Amino acid sequence: MKHLLSAADLDREEALTLLDTAEELASVTDRAVKKLPTLRGRTVANLFFEDSTRTRLSFEAAAKRLSADVITFTAKGSSVSKGETLKDTALTLEAMGAQVIVLRHHASGAAQRLAESGWIGASVINAGDGTHEHPTQALLDAYTLRQHLRGGSGDLQGLRVVIVGDILHSRVARSDVALLTTLGARVTLVAPPTLVPVGVESWNCDVTFDFDDALSDADAVMMLRVQSERMNAAYFPSAHEYSRRYGLDSMRAAQLPDHAVVLHPGPMNRGMEITAEVADGHRALIVDQVANGVSVRMAVLYQVLSSEEGAA
Amino acid sequence: MAAARVLDADDVGRVIGRIAHEILEKSRGSSGVILLGIPTRGVPLARRIADRMASIEGHPVPVGSLDVTMYRDDIGLRGPRPLSATDIPAEGIDDAIVVLVDDVLFSGRTIRAALDAVNDIGRPRAVRLAVLVDRGHRELPIRADHVGKNLPTSLAESVQVHLVETDGVDEVLLGSRDSS
Amino acid sequence: MSAPSSDEAIRDASAREIVLRDIRLMGDSQAVDVRFTDGRIAAIGAAAVADAHPEARVIEAAGRIGLPGLVDLHTHLREPGREDTETIETGCQAAALGGFTAVHAMANTQPVADTAGVVEQVWRRGREVGLCDVIPVGAVTVGLSGERLAELGAMAESAARVRVFSDDGICVSDPLLMRRALEYVKAFDGVIAQHAQEPRLTLGAQMNEGELSGELGLTGWPAVAEEAIIARDVLLAEHVGSRLHVCHLSTRGSVEIIRWAKARGIDVTAEVTPHHLMLTEDLARTYDPLFKVNPPLRSADDVEAVRAGLADGTIDIVATDHAPHAHEDKDCEWSAGAFGMLGLQTAIGVVAATMVEPGNLTWAQVGDRMSFAPARIGRVADHGRPLEVGEPANLVIIDPDAPWEVRADRMASRSRNTPYVERTLPVSVWATFLRGRPTVMAGALSGALT
Repeated sequence: MKHLLSAADLDREEALTLLDTAEELASVTDRAVKKLPTLRGRTVANLFFEDSTRTRLSFEAAAKRLSADVITFTAKGSSVSKGETLKDTALTLEAMGAQVIVLRHHASGAAQRLAESGWIGASVINAGDGTHEHPTQALLDAYTLRQHLRGGSGDLQGLRVVIVGDILHSRVARSDVALLTTLGARVTLVAPPTLVPVGVESWNCDVTFDFDDALSDADAVMMLRVQSERMNAAYFPSAHEYSRRYGLDSMRAAQLPDHAVVLHPGPMNRGMEITAEVADGHRALIVDQVANGVSVRMAVLYQVLSSEEGAA
Repeated sequence: MAAARVLDADDVGRVIGRIAHEILEKSRGSSGVILLGIPTRGVPLARRIADRMASIEGHPVPVGSLDVTMYRDDIGLRGPRPLSATDIPAEGIDDAIVVLVDDVLFSGRTIRAALDAVNDIGRPRAVRLAVLVDRGHRELPIRADHVGKNLPTSLAESVQVHLVETDGVDEVLLGSRDSS
Repeated sequence: MSAPSSDEAIRDASAREIVLRDIRLMGDSQAVDVRFTDGRIAAIGAAAVADAHPEARVIEAAGRIGLPGLVDLHTHLREPGREDTETIETGCQAAALGGFTAVHAMANTQPVADTAGVVEQVWRRGREVGLCDVIPVGAVTVGLSGERLAELGAMAESAARVRVFSDDGICVSDPLLMRRALEYVKAFDGVIAQHAQEPRLTLGAQMNEGELSGELGLTGWPAVAEEAIIARDVLLAEHVGSRLHVCHLSTRGSVEIIRWAKARGIDVTAEVTPHHLMLTEDLARTYDPLFKVNPPLRSADDVEAVRAGLADGTIDIVATDHAPHAHEDKDCEWSAGAFGMLGLQTAIGVVAATMVEPGNLTWAQVGDRMSFAPARIGRVADHGRPLEVGEPANLVIIDPDAPWEVRADRMASRSRNTPYVERTLPVSVWATFLRGRPTVMAGALSGALT
C-alpha cells in the first residue's frame, strides 16, 4: 500500500489487515515504553491546509509511537496561509526528507492529485479531502464498532449502522459507507432531503428522511457534525427544527436496542445534533474513537512506510 | 529437487524433551523462568517445551509469545508483514529468566529484534535462546543456549520446520532454495 | 512579415494565383481542380488548369477534402490582459492550424471588450497578424458585471462591426436586462450569445451534478441550471421577436428545449463544443483540472444527445470555446483549477471522430456546422461562403487519412491545456487558405508568414 487515498480503495482483506494490525499496536499503549522503533529515521509530514487539531494530533501521536520524525505544516502562520500552493508546499516537505505526507485539504481529491500528479515521490495519506473522503476516520469507526460489538476481531457482517446528518458535505459519511459495507455492515443514512447527495441511490446503503424509523433495529448510530455555515444556506429552516427532527436526544436513544452504541467523529455541537446527556451517556464511544484513532493511524503509517521501497 | 527430511516426528519430540531438560538444568528448576515463543513456529514450540517442563516439575511454566515484526531492521525492504500477537504472561518479565524460543536460528537478525522487544517490555534477570535448528550463517554476534540440532547448510539451501500445530506434521526438511 | 491583408503585397504570379489539383470539395467523391486568383475562387474544373498563368503555384491536393475555411463563433484569445496565456498572434496560429479562417474573440479580456476602443484594437491586431480574421465579440454589459448594457451600438458601428454580443463566462441572468439586450441589438441585426448558467444554482459548482459528483465529493453543476436559462431565454426571444444564440449547450434537456423552440418558430441558434461531443464527466475521477470546463463535461447520455442534436440540425454549429490557461492554473488540485480547454487545433479532428466517422454527419454537413452556419449567425460577410467561382478563397484542406496523436507540445497556443493528450484524432488539417493565401501548408504554418 503505497498511499491511502480513499476508503473505497480498500478491499476486505486490506481493511482487515489494517484493523488487525491496529489491534496488535493498541497494546503498546498499555506498556511502560509506549514506543516502537519501527519507523526510526523515517519522516512523516503532516500537511494541514485546514485546521483539524484532533486529526493532526492523532497522526502525530501515531507517528511518534512508531519513532518516526514528524514535521507539521498547518494553515495558520505558515506559508500555506500566504498563498503557497499544494504543489510547492509538498515539494518543500519532500525536500526536507518526508517519506509520507499526511494531507488534510479543503479540496476534494487533493490527496489523489498529490499522489498521482508526479509532483512528488512520497507516499500520501488522506487525512480528509474536502467533501470527499476521510479514510482513517472510517477505519477508526470500524475499529471501534468491531471492538464493542464484535469482540475485536473479524468483520462487521450483519451490523446495522445508522449515519445521521449532513451526508452531502460529509467526507466521513462517504468513507464510512464505503468501508463499513466492505466489511459486511448494512448502513442506513438519515438526513433531511436537502443534505442527501444527488445519486445516493447508487450508493451501497439505504436512505431515510425519518430518524425515528431507523432507531429500533440499529446496532450503532453515528451522528455527524452540522457545520454552522449550512444553517445560513437554506438547507433547513432553523437549528431548532434540525435538532428536533435529526438530533439524538435521550428520548430517541431510549428507542435503541440495549446493546446499541453511539459514535461521533467530533467535534460535537452539543445541543444541536446530539444532547449532552447522550454524548456523555453509557452508549457513547466518542472517547474510545479518539484513542482508537491513534492505533489505526499507526497501522496505516506502518503499512504505507513498510511498502515504500517497491516491495509488494 | 526433493527436500530431505533431517528430523522426523520422533526426532522433534526427543529434541523438545532434551531442550526442556537443559533449560531446567541450567536454571536449576523452573522457578522464575518464562518462555516466549517468536511467531510463527516459535510459539507452539515454546508451549511444548513449557508443557514438558511442567510435567517434569509438576507445576505450570509461564509461556507467552513475542512478536518482533515492529523491531525488524528490514522494514520497507520486504513489504509489510502481518503482525502476530504479543502475549506476555501476567506476572511480567522483570527479574525473570526469559527463554526466547524460535524454530530456526540463521542470520541472528530476528533474535536481535527480539532482544530489543524484550527490552521495551521489562528488565529480565537473563535472556536465553532456545532453537530447534541452528543452520549457521550468522550475521550478528548471537548464539543459542539450547540447540535441538546443528545443521550445517549452504546459503543455497532452505530449512523448513513443520509442526503439527501449524502444518499438520512434525518434521524438519532440508531442500534447495527454489523448491521451498 | 508581409502585410497580408493588402492585395498590393501580392506581387508575383505564384502568389497571386494558386491551382489546387484533385481536391474533393465538400467531401464530394469526385475530385476537381480549383484556381484561386487574387484572393477569390477564379475557376473550378477544367478551366482551373487550362486558363492558369504559366507561373501559377500548383498544389497537389491528391484527393484530400476541401471545406470552406472554418469559422469559430467562440474563442478566447486572452489579449488584451493575459498575454502570458495566449495572444492574438498565437491564438491565430492555433486557429490557422485548426483550419479556421475566422474566429470570434470573446469579450472577457482585461480590459473587457465593452467599448468600441477595445473591440477595434482586437480587430486591428488580428488584421496585423493576418493568419485568420479576428472578429471581436462585444460584452453585453459593462465590465461583464450584469448591471447595465455596454455601448452595443458603438461597437456595432466601429471598424470591428460587432454583431455578436456575449458576457460569456458569466450568464446574463437578470431577465429584464436580458430582455433589453435582446431587443436593443435588433437595431443592427445583432445577436446575444448567452452563457446559460443560473448563477444561484451553480454556487461553487465544480463538475456535472449526478452520481459521480456525489461520489467524488465535488459540488454539482446541475443540468437544470443550464436548461432553466435556455428555456427562459427562448421565451424572451419569442416575446420580443429577437435573435438568440445559445453558447456551448451541453445537456439532453437543452437539446430538447432548443428543438421545441425551433419547432415553434423562435429565432434561436445553438452551439456545441468539440469537448462536449467527445468527453464525459468520468474524466473528473482523475481530479486533474485539465478536464475542468464550464459548462462541465456531462454524462454519456448527454454526449449522445448533443451528437444527435448536431446531426439533425437542432444544434446549428460547433464552436470551440478555446480557453487557454496558464500551466499553474491547471497543475493544481481540482477546485483551484481554472475552467476551460484548448480547442482550435483539435476541433476538426474531434468532429471527424465523433460525427463523421460514426456516420452522424457528412463532410458537407461539417462544412455547414463549422463554416456556413457560424458565419451566418455572426453576420460575417466574407466567410462561410459557398465554394463557388467569385467567392472569397477561404478554404481548409483536410487529410482524411492522416491520424495524429495529440501532444501538448504540438499546440501553437501559448498554453498547453488540451484535454486530448495521447488521444489519436482521425484526420489532420493539411492546408488552410485565407483569401487565397496559404496560412498552413502540409500541416505547418506557412513559411512565408512566420
